[in-house]
Amino acid sequence: MVKTVKSQRPVNLDITTIKFPLPAIASILHRISGLAIFFGIAFLIWGLGASLESEESFNALKECLNGVVPKLILWAILAGFIYHFIAGLRHLMMDMGYFETLQGAKVLATLVLVVSAVLIAVAGVWIW
Amino acid sequence: MVTSVTSLGKNGLYDWVIQRGTAVVLGVYFVCLMSFLITNPDLSYAKWHAYMTSGYMRVFTLLALLSMAAHAWVGLWTISTDYITTRQMGAMATVLRVAFQGVCALLTLVYVIWGVQILWGI
Repeated sequence: MVKTVKSQRPVNLDITTIKFPLPAIASILHRISGLAIFFGIAFLIWGLGASLESEESFNALKECLNGVVPKLILWAILAGFIYHFIAGLRHLMMDMGYFETLQGAKVLATLVLVVSAVLIAVAGVWIW
Repeated sequence: MVTSVTSLGKNGLYDWVIQRGTAVVLGVYFVCLMSFLITNPDLSYAKWHAYMTSGYMRVFTLLALLSMAAHAWVGLWTISTDYITTRQMGAMATVLRVAFQGVCALLTLVYVIWGVQILWGI
């Protein structure tokens, strides 16, 4: 590969030394939620299989979801999906050229965090 | 610097487009499925089974599974090439990164095959 940049240029990607403004928090949470739900999908596909296999396994799954731990797991996965979905809408909006100013990006990041927090709370109520 | 040999579209623009296209499919699928579940409290097995095994939902779920596979690959690839680098992990970075990508690829394959088995039977 042809080197087009000087290899000895200074780099600082030590994220522990970087202050995170709101858009950065929204962005890193998008990554974390994406990674988390990728593993969460295993539970969902298992649940899909159990829910469709037979009436007995469907009822057993329903019974299982009465427990506190399964409810918490489901809520955590759903929270990941909700956040990833809302933060994804933020990306699509910015791709189309909206909220690209410094102020606009801050407003949109705040909106993403608030809206997803509300929806996650609503999801919690729905599960319980 | 991490080269892009393992990226899905072989360059950033393809990956970007794949990521957006699949995101829209997954977003619409998520909203459809959640709407069905929210509007059907105390769902019976018969109704759920009929809904998920209808031709439209079988195709839509397959589309979502395949979109998830591509979407997750682009996303996890991006994360792995951003954080599992020689600068952050030292000399073992390339081995660790390829191992992480291998686990992700394998898990994705399992998800797709498992999902297809559930909805289409074998």
